[in-house]
Amino acid sequence: MQFFFEVLIGGLLSGVLYALVALGFVLIYKASGVFNFAQGAMVFFAALTFVGFLEVLPGWTGLEEGGRAVFWLSFVLSLAAMVVLAIVTEKFVLRPLVNQPAITLFMATIGLTFLVEGIAQGIWGANVRGLNLGIQDEPIEYMMENFNILISSFDVFAAAVAAILVAALALFFQYTRIGRALRAVADDHQAALSIGIPLRHIWVIVWAVAGFVALVAGMIWGARNGVQFALTFTALKALPVLILGGFTSVPGAIVGGLIIGASEKLAEVYVGPFVGGGIESWFPYILALAFLLVRPEGLFGEKHIDRV
Amino acid sequence: MLYREAGQFKASYEADQQIFPILQDRVGVLLLIGFFALVVPLIADQYWLKAILIPVLIFSLAAIGLNILTGYAGQLSLGSAAFMAVGAFGAYNFMLRIDGMPFLVAILLGGLCAALVGVMFGLPSLRIKGFYLAVATLAAQFFIVWALVKIEWFSNYSSSGVITAQEIEILGYAFDGPVSKYLLTLFVVVVMALLAKNMVRSTTGRAWMAVRDMDVAAEVIGIRLMRTKLTAFAVSSFYCGVAGALYAYTYIGTVEPEGFNLDLSFRILFMIIIGGVGSIMGSFLGAAFIVLLPIALDVFVPMFLGDLVSSSFVSNLQLIVFGGLIVFFLIVEPHGLARLWQIGKEKLRLWPFPH
Repeated sequence: MQFFFEVLIGGLLSGVLYALVALGFVLIYKASGVFNFAQGAMVFFAALTFVGFLEVLPGWTGLEEGGRAVFWLSFVLSLAAMVVLAIVTEKFVLRPLVNQPAITLFMATIGLTFLVEGIAQGIWGANVRGLNLGIQDEPIEYMMENFNILISSFDVFAAAVAAILVAALALFFQYTRIGRALRAVADDHQAALSIGIPLRHIWVIVWAVAGFVALVAGMIWGARNGVQFALTFTALKALPVLILGGFTSVPGAIVGGLIIGASEKLAEVYVGPFVGGGIESWFPYILALAFLLVRPEGLFGEKHIDRV
Repeated sequence: MLYREAGQFKASYEADQQIFPILQDRVGVLLLIGFFALVVPLIADQYWLKAILIPVLIFSLAAIGLNILTGYAGQLSLGSAAFMAVGAFGAYNFMLRIDGMPFLVAILLGGLCAALVGVMFGLPSLRIKGFYLAVATLAAQFFIVWALVKIEWFSNYSSSGVITAQEIEILGYAFDGPVSKYLLTLFVVVVMALLAKNMVRSTTGRAWMAVRDMDVAAEVIGIRLMRTKLTAFAVSSFYCGVAGALYAYTYIGTVEPEGFNLDLSFRILFMIIIGGVGSIMGSFLGAAFIVLLPIALDVFVPMFLGDLVSSSFVSNLQLIVFGGLIVFFLIVEPHGLARLWQIGKEKLRLWPFPH
């Protein structure tokens, strides 16, 4: 039973990380109706930029290597890079494609994926880099002693960060002017335009926010597995989360992430040995697919109504 | 002046129902086929046949398959490589397990296996639409590749699922050289492309397009959604499956399931985007473009930039050019190269008096 809980909690915590990536998808889909396949590439780009700045900044500015100043300066610069990426994307990809069918925009973001990956590696190189955020990846002693369950402190930290991020985003959406504008745009583009909400600014903002989420996700994933090309595959991990939770729902992304994370790990441990293992690659998809057959719009997605 | 249908009267139903109703088109296609069947084998060297012409033909077939599903029936799929894998492994097993299996029958049976699997993974499309479906087809992509690696029977218990295609022999003639393999591929691809061209203007094809444009409206006017969507999945997967079998037998020779990965699916998707969504001609143009682009970059970038750049730079540049081109094409010409071809034909019709 302890082992079961260990696997379950480990799965839930990794599910939080999936949710973090899925969150970026949801933000953009809600605001602009674009299914942004490039989110994984953005995670990779953000993490690589952050690590790259960590490496080069001490040389440029004479700041102490590994110090706090370098960390925050890199963070701010990476964030700036993501904002620039958002502006460039809006100007050169989204704006010319306004009013095109959603499938065209989706394919454009696949193209964007390749662009961002190529540019990221072109600037920073393709080497695998380690990233140390200063958080230890050790089992928490308290849980070990009292419940005999192995939980990594790093995972708990990641979960906490994700929780804070989601809470902050929820507050941002609910109580700020921009957040209200974002919700209005998500509701109805034309109505939002007609009451004077600048659509283009909103798109830049939402892509920048998605970039920020990508940066946080990239830092956490990068600290865990190293900053490498494989980070782009986080997008593939996030897709079943998305369809399970519904494309348009922030809570859906979180709940979906938790379900996928937990069931994936449990299936790997308990079902995997019977069928030869390695089922983690497809199990979330089949699970999400089976789920969709019952609820075609996901857990919290909006019901789609067709009119002729 | 040269390309004009004026004066070509259709006096019989046969004349009215031809695949290419305009005489110049018919002559053009015949000339094109004749050129590739008779002239190309004489002038092309081994490298061209093996590394360019055969893959272009095979990917064209796969692109036609995806185009039927995505371009004509409007169901976005990200799993075409997996259906190619089913075709390849299916054909391999038929050749392996049945004595004296004719090659052409084996690849058709491989295609049928792919069609069956395609229908299975197409079933969710009855309830799931749009991006939800696209993600659902990823389930096919990952599951099929996994199954082919893990279930060792499919690869005749070889390590990590690698299969080596058997020798091709038809009516006692061994297809072992690049020229004969090229001609065989060309034959299969031309026949299937003509069939596809014919199919998309038939009842089936028109039903697909109605469903693509709006499935509720199509249902209202009496098109059976289930049958239409599932035939689209079946036919599309059949084409992909045959392409996969050819990929294994006439192109690569030794394939593993991991070779049919998501990357390949995306490449086929790009072929139809760049070539033209909803166009058979476009599938050929797109496949040629996507196969030739990396080769051209490999050749020309070092030629112009010389030793300045490393090979990793070239591979990054490939990614950037690839991505940039896709975005560029979508913005400038959302209907792809096929549309340019069409515009060219329209211009030619009016030439030399454009007003």
